[in-house]
Amino acid sequence: MNNIKSTKAKIGDWIFVILCVFISLLCVLPMINLLARSLSGTDYLIRHEIYLIPKGLNFGAYSTVLSDPKYIRAFFYTVALTAVSTVVSLFMTTVCAYPLIFAELKGRNFINVMITITMFFNAGTIPNYLLIQKLGMLDKPIVLILPYCLSVYNMIIMRSFFYSIPDSLRESAEIDGASFFRILASIYVPLSKPVMATLALFYAVGRWNGYSDALMYVKKPEYYPLQLLLYNILNNINSVEVATQEGFSAPGLSESLKAAIVMFSTIPILCIYPFLQKYFIHGVMVGAVKE
Amino acid sequence: MKAAKNLPDSERKTGFSSYMKRYWQLYLLLFLPVTYLIVFKYIPMIYVQIAFKKYSIVQSVWKMPLAKNHGMQYFIQAFSNPDFIRALRNTVVLNLLDLVCGFPIPIIFALILNELVFSRFKKVVQTITYMPHFLSWVIIYGIALQLFAPSTGLVNMVITKLGGQTVPFLNDTAHWVWTYIFLGIWQSFGWNSIVYLAAISGINSELYEAASVDGAGRFQKMWHITLPGIRPTIVILLIMAIGNIVGSGFDRPFALQNNLVMSWAEVISTYVYRYGIKGLQFSLTTAVGLFQSVVGVIFLLAANTLSRKLGERGLW
Repeated sequence: MNNIKSTKAKIGDWIFVILCVFISLLCVLPMINLLARSLSGTDYLIRHEIYLIPKGLNFGAYSTVLSDPKYIRAFFYTVALTAVSTVVSLFMTTVCAYPLIFAELKGRNFINVMITITMFFNAGTIPNYLLIQKLGMLDKPIVLILPYCLSVYNMIIMRSFFYSIPDSLRESAEIDGASFFRILASIYVPLSKPVMATLALFYAVGRWNGYSDALMYVKKPEYYPLQLLLYNILNNINSVEVATQEGFSAPGLSESLKAAIVMFSTIPILCIYPFLQKYFIHGVMVGAVKE
Repeated sequence: MKAAKNLPDSERKTGFSSYMKRYWQLYLLLFLPVTYLIVFKYIPMIYVQIAFKKYSIVQSVWKMPLAKNHGMQYFIQAFSNPDFIRALRNTVVLNLLDLVCGFPIPIIFALILNELVFSRFKKVVQTITYMPHFLSWVIIYGIALQLFAPSTGLVNMVITKLGGQTVPFLNDTAHWVWTYIFLGIWQSFGWNSIVYLAAISGINSELYEAASVDGAGRFQKMWHITLPGIRPTIVILLIMAIGNIVGSGFDRPFALQNNLVMSWAEVISTYVYRYGIKGLQFSLTTAVGLFQSVVGVIFLLAANTLSRKLGERGLW
């Protein structure tokens, strides 16, 4: 009797495994297809022969991308932007979340209300644009760093994590005469590595992937982040201009070159993401459970 | 505070200064974030009033003259503008489709993940299915262009191999809408399942043991324990989704839309971009944005009240 039951359960388990394999394939196949297309010769693409395996293995598309100063420049510019804005954002998030865990801090409720309001009511695209204009930040790289340097959602996740650190640690440090700065630097920050890694990933991915702020606030092509450049390439915006300027013979780019450019701007995320993954599941759960 | 009021003046003062002496560091830390909130979140709210005013570059916001019709001119103009009506319709339709098609999927996926007994395999599945969440919409658009290309794309190659007709996934409005919905689900279902998984992990395991003793099968446990266990989470996320029914992100629709499908792809956020930032109709588009925010808050409050009436916990 018992035996039958356990084999039954096992068959059920395998059904779920197969289901998950199928779902995972759905997520991965488009990427594999993209990779195959970027590595294939154009002839094979036109002849409809590329499914998941590249044919006529050809790194030409990648060497075109990697030898084009326009892409390389945009790549390193975006890396720099992402690094700076991640550091700034993590700093801002920490210094906002930490004081708010002190129940005795006067004005704490006021600040909490102030923060909550911004979650429900946003002034809107145009008022934000007018502010940026007024601040003289249009067309400057700093406009891609400052306006989104503190996410209230991320701050709440960090604050929840700080709350989960026992008060007794803080209190005993206070009795030993540690200042609040010191307690932050030597207790809270070291203990918060998982949530810091998670939020660093969120901020970094947000900046790396973001293009709408650049679209609205930046007109100079030299300050375009990679994603906006990619958007323009995919839509053949200014392609004639690009072709003449950059020496391409025909307007628009070949399909395999487009595939290579998409891969090129995806790879950094695919490289970092698996390493931070073990942190963020934990980090997101803290935020989810506490809310 | 109350206690401090009853103290004599001198002591209250020393009370305050000793308080500040102790806590000044925390206020110093808060200085930058609070400044950020004031500058980037609250000052723009001052500019919201141009929705009711005739915008002029040279004047300050406070001095701009009131628009016609007691300041309602731009709201009237928006609602008599067919392009805006279309954007509003598209926003609601696309969000409703997202809600109906996309909302249950992360829940089902979390239930499936929860049934996996091989923890190594489960981790791999999670890593793979969370991945699309980290791709930008431009990249997803790039992938979709390749995947759904009319003749050389993988999907259409398979369809024609199987004897079907080429499907214009991105160039025909009806197909575009479903492609848009599908890509949204593809991008977010794995990631959105995390919240439900967290909620499932909070369910008391004794319930499952008791059910097993009573002879409950896998699906009975899912239906009678897991789903009720994550009901509060489902309700909260549903309220937030309903609150967002007229809201619209910018990145997804803007990246995916093209001129051929604009009649169903233009949503409020992209309309505001085109008419406001490109077309410089600041007052009109601020009015549109204000309408969107206010309706969003109303829907959120309504959904919350309704769920509380129905005996659920709600957002607050």
